[in-house]
Amino acid sequence: MTTADPSPTTGGAGAWRLGLLLVAGVLVLIDMYLIFGYAPTERSMGIVQRLFYFHVPVILTSFLSFALAAVGSVLYLVRRNRAWDRLAYASAEVGVVFFTSAIITGAVWAKPVWNTWWVWDANGTLTFVLWLIFIGYLMVRAYAPDAERGRRWSAVTAIIGAATVPFVYMAADWWGGLHPERVTGPGAQGSLEREMLLTLLFSFVTFIVLFAALIAERYALRSDEDAIEELRLAAA
Amino acid sequence: MAENPTPDATRPGHALELRGVSKTYGTTHALRAVDLDAAWGRVLVLFGHNGAGKSTLLRVAAALVKPTAGSVTTAGFDADGNAGRVRAATGYAGHGSLLYDDLTPEENLRFYARLHGVPDPKERAAEVLRDVGAERWAHRRVRGLSNGMQKRVAIARALLHRPALLLLDEPDSGLDVQGQAFVDTVVRAVADGGGAVVFSAHDPARGLASADDFAVLRGGRIAAHGETGSTTPDEIAALLSAPAEAA
Amino acid sequence: MRETLRAALTIYAKDVRLELRTRETLFSVLAFALVVAFIFTFAFEPSPQLIASIGPGIVWVAYIFTAVLGMNRTFLLEHERGTLDGLRLAPVPREALYLGKLLSVVTLLVTVEALMLPAFLVLYDLSLFNVWFIAIAVAATVGIAAVGTLFSAIAVHTRAREVLLPILFLPVALPLLIGAVTGSREALDGEGWSGMGGWLQLIVAFDIVFLVLSSLVFEYVLEE
Repeated sequence: MTTADPSPTTGGAGAWRLGLLLVAGVLVLIDMYLIFGYAPTERSMGIVQRLFYFHVPVILTSFLSFALAAVGSVLYLVRRNRAWDRLAYASAEVGVVFFTSAIITGAVWAKPVWNTWWVWDANGTLTFVLWLIFIGYLMVRAYAPDAERGRRWSAVTAIIGAATVPFVYMAADWWGGLHPERVTGPGAQGSLEREMLLTLLFSFVTFIVLFAALIAERYALRSDEDAIEELRLAAA
Repeated sequence: MAENPTPDATRPGHALELRGVSKTYGTTHALRAVDLDAAWGRVLVLFGHNGAGKSTLLRVAAALVKPTAGSVTTAGFDADGNAGRVRAATGYAGHGSLLYDDLTPEENLRFYARLHGVPDPKERAAEVLRDVGAERWAHRRVRGLSNGMQKRVAIARALLHRPALLLLDEPDSGLDVQGQAFVDTVVRAVADGGGAVVFSAHDPARGLASADDFAVLRGGRIAAHGETGSTTPDEIAALLSAPAEAA
Repeated sequence: MRETLRAALTIYAKDVRLELRTRETLFSVLAFALVVAFIFTFAFEPSPQLIASIGPGIVWVAYIFTAVLGMNRTFLLEHERGTLDGLRLAPVPREALYLGKLLSVVTLLVTVEALMLPAFLVLYDLSLFNVWFIAIAVAATVGIAAVGTLFSAIAVHTRAREVLLPILFLPVALPLLIGAVTGSREALDGEGWSGMGGWLQLIVAFDIVFLVLSSLVFEYVLEE
């Protein structure tokens, strides 16, 4: 830690981000208690059902990250303002982590319950496809001949990826409909108990705050990187 | 787009106007705040070492590369938003020949003429092939042609749509004395017809002899510019070999 | 619009002429398709019952891998000699460049797919000479080319072009693959429109959306 930090994200903005991270941390701790201490054990699925409180909010925030990346990408191409690219990039980075967690928790949950690692229904397929598109998004940036084209090409990737969402959803849904052994999602398990519902709602809030905090961190990092790049350009 | 800008020395403004043009790739500068004009009816030569920004400047002028900052006005059109008009008004020949190896020069030129909306592609292709002295090779595959002949056809390609502004990136490279004389003729013909030419060169003596104006690029900046009569090949060579800080 | 079409057809005619002269791309891509189809023979030990259920899957996996290879080559040929700059210098809308290359890709892929029909017949006793299958195949190939042409224009400029194209292209093309495989199976089962009509509609909708969207963003891909 140097005393003279020229980055534009210190000071008020830095404190704001730290506060958000702290709030997210506290929420995660409370959420842990609710999931493992407060919510009752589900009768038919047993202990593994507790993954549900992670999995569902993580899936939701993953989809949210993709929506953010797509919106940021469109606005970047139209406005050519690097801030929108930073938002899209941060969303893709955080999104990859969230999608990966969603896929892992989904698989661990599905195996004992449905005796399959992954359920290829519309949501399951879409989750996988968007995860792959985000990986492509990050690869395009890494392999582009220069940063400027990396930004534009990754934006194109996110936009094309977003356009494929309804098609993947419909195709997987119809395709799944042809398979009678298809299992329905957790919503069809009957009504949740009050404690379960509360825990789930709290989990939603927790993961959305955590997601926001991580996006803010990555966004700030990208801002710093852009600032450094500008300084290096000025010095070169 | 179908309009064929007739070169006209009396037209207002410059053939090319760069104002504060910068182009960066990551953290390297290809061009830094370049101001440069090329006048109608005149030939401008660009000197500079490899990496000094000559190619980038020509590619920016041809609307192949979008500058990071600054404004480019080519043949009276602001490149930002009028890229199509700029492309119609400029002819560009770079390091690659931009020719398809497995087509003949005639097929290549007919293809590009059609793509540029030239009225009678077949007729025009034959015409420019004659102009560059390549009609004997018109129906052989480009792959089998000598470098010099490919270069002539590449320049013919740039002339197809009678551009008002001709941009040539090191047209001399790979050419023998005869070929160099040919380039001089082409360049002079465009300028005398009221158009303008900007080309880059390595050899100060050759470059100065063929041009009316010169500019020296160093590290992406204009280090010197003026009329060719006001300098000597030795001065240019000294400028090029001086340490970068002195610029 | 007319000018866009004219320029696109000019590029397309040039590609056809080049390909007829060299026959490089068609034969190498066709050879690849044959190898893929051939390898599957040993992966599955095909019986008539098995082919009835997985035959369309084999066909489409072979088609889509072949498409990746073919699309990679189309832009690579323009990139290697720098002729892509020659196209970019043309005073025509960027959509025209996209459409021209798209037409070339569709022609290449449909030709290879057609030439593969006898191969599938011999290797798997799988007859694909069916109007509905052909309708599905052409529609899906247009979609494949719509997305693939855009992504190969990106991939060709990168260090990892052979890997990047499939990574970008395959996830987006998944709905096409699902639609083509399932629709083909319905078509081959003799279901006709009632069985595969929905899939064909999905594929055609995909084609339209991605043709429009890709031509709109192509300019951002080409810009330097």
